[in-house]
Amino acid sequence: MTALATALPGENVHITTDPYTEPFWQAAKEDRLVAAKCAGCGTFRMPPTPFCPNCQSREVEWAQLAGRAVVYSFSVVHGFPGLPDITLVAAVLELPDAPGARLVSNVIDVDPAQVRIGDEVEVLFSPIAEGWKLPLFRPAG
Amino acid sequence: MRATSDVAIVGVGATEYYRRGQSWPRTITELAGSAILAACEDAGLTAKDIDGFAYYSGAGAGYGQSMDTADFMETLGIPEVTFTAALTSGGGGAAGSIGLARAAIVAGDANVVVTVMALQQARQRLGSVFAAVPPSPLNSFIQPSGLSGPGHLMSVLTRRHMHDYGTRREAFAEIALSQRENAANRPKALKKEPLTRADYFNARMIAEPLCLYDFCLETDGAVAVITTSADRAKDLKQKPVPVVAAAHGGRREWGRAFGWMGMPGENFASSGHAPVAKHLYQRAGVGPADIDVALLYDHFSPMVLMQLEDYGFCAKGEGGEFVESGAIRYKGGSIPVNTHGGQLSEAYIIGMTHIKEGVEQMRGTAINQVPDAELALVSGGPAALPVSGLILGRDS
Repeated sequence: MTALATALPGENVHITTDPYTEPFWQAAKEDRLVAAKCAGCGTFRMPPTPFCPNCQSREVEWAQLAGRAVVYSFSVVHGFPGLPDITLVAAVLELPDAPGARLVSNVIDVDPAQVRIGDEVEVLFSPIAEGWKLPLFRPAG
Repeated sequence: MRATSDVAIVGVGATEYYRRGQSWPRTITELAGSAILAACEDAGLTAKDIDGFAYYSGAGAGYGQSMDTADFMETLGIPEVTFTAALTSGGGGAAGSIGLARAAIVAGDANVVVTVMALQQARQRLGSVFAAVPPSPLNSFIQPSGLSGPGHLMSVLTRRHMHDYGTRREAFAEIALSQRENAANRPKALKKEPLTRADYFNARMIAEPLCLYDFCLETDGAVAVITTSADRAKDLKQKPVPVVAAAHGGRREWGRAFGWMGMPGENFASSGHAPVAKHLYQRAGVGPADIDVALLYDHFSPMVLMQLEDYGFCAKGEGGEFVESGAIRYKGGSIPVNTHGGQLSEAYIIGMTHIKEGVEQMRGTAINQVPDAELALVSGGPAALPVSGLILGRDS
């Protein structure tokens, strides 16, 4: 029986924010996946940063995403400091409704040996430390 | 047409190499100072001749520790410095630090410039450093995924290279095995016992597709290199090793590398070295066919393969086939790679052992000497920018 891929225990996961990244995490608290989009030229950028790298505008819109993603690449991670037996599928994900932007997250509830580049996944939100939530992904139904 | 070399490496020095955490009660300052004194001795100089420092990695000593020019001046008795600077970011600047030394010498800002790296992993091993650093607004977008160390991040790039180009783990095994073979006769190498294909394929997977033997060693120790003008070099103890060209930098498409996964397709499955390779060859007036030995930064075996592509030893995407053909073997290969055993088998001093080996190859004194070698390529990184390259020549 292969262990299904999981995520780090939520209480072990800490994040910090700044004024440019906080809207992403506030939306996650409401189970919403959003991405930073330049209000000037429409270029997506993630992680969110102060300037649009395409046109240098400081104006940003927070685009609401459908929550679907495609596996661009991934690693099957065996063990984590303090958690030697954990198996994680750490994945770089493309967001079809935020072209050009990528998220790094976990694909969970899946046999790691079955994950492939190109797999479609969908978001879920999982509690982590200090009352935040982390977007995770599972195979799309 | 080869560029004129205005500066040369005239001294190299190193401490013993230790397994991670084993160098105590030596300290960073003592390890680095010992390497500097050994490099002076090698060159026929004294510490009092040093007047410049050209560091990389922001003068860091691994992660979380640092080196300081004033400490070295005070402890080694260096009377005056007129240049002390560091390339930004991490191990990617290793080879380029010699270019920083060159810049100081050519500008007339200093005469005898030391580049040094010391590493002591008593408090924090490098292999899990990304899990250990406090969360920041940017790394909060990667850290929760469990990509806990540099190799974990590079494993994702590797997976994509395999997907795009059909690259096989057999190629990574060949890199690990060939370098282990090169380390076998080196007295200071930490891993000399033979490594077999079975050992490789039976090894523990750390971050698939990478296994234990795809990861470099975690080492304590120090290496120092002394650069001076070509004129001054003529009067010193060793045969000078001309700096034919050095380059550092990189393009935004590679970008934050370890801390960002937004690289466009071709750049994602790469080492980020292609732009540096272009500048390096242009400055040197040579191409990959002219290089006789390549000392390629090998923190993770697949990144050697991707550098072979980016430095033009084979076409993009063909690194796997190239490596599997035996091309990088010291014995029988067309471009011997990491003849010292590299960071996978000799020791990991954040790129400095590659410069040391490049110097020895160009002096003609390397333990695994490539016969009649006239040009050595040395690289720093793949890592966050800048990454760097260096071409050393043989004194005529």
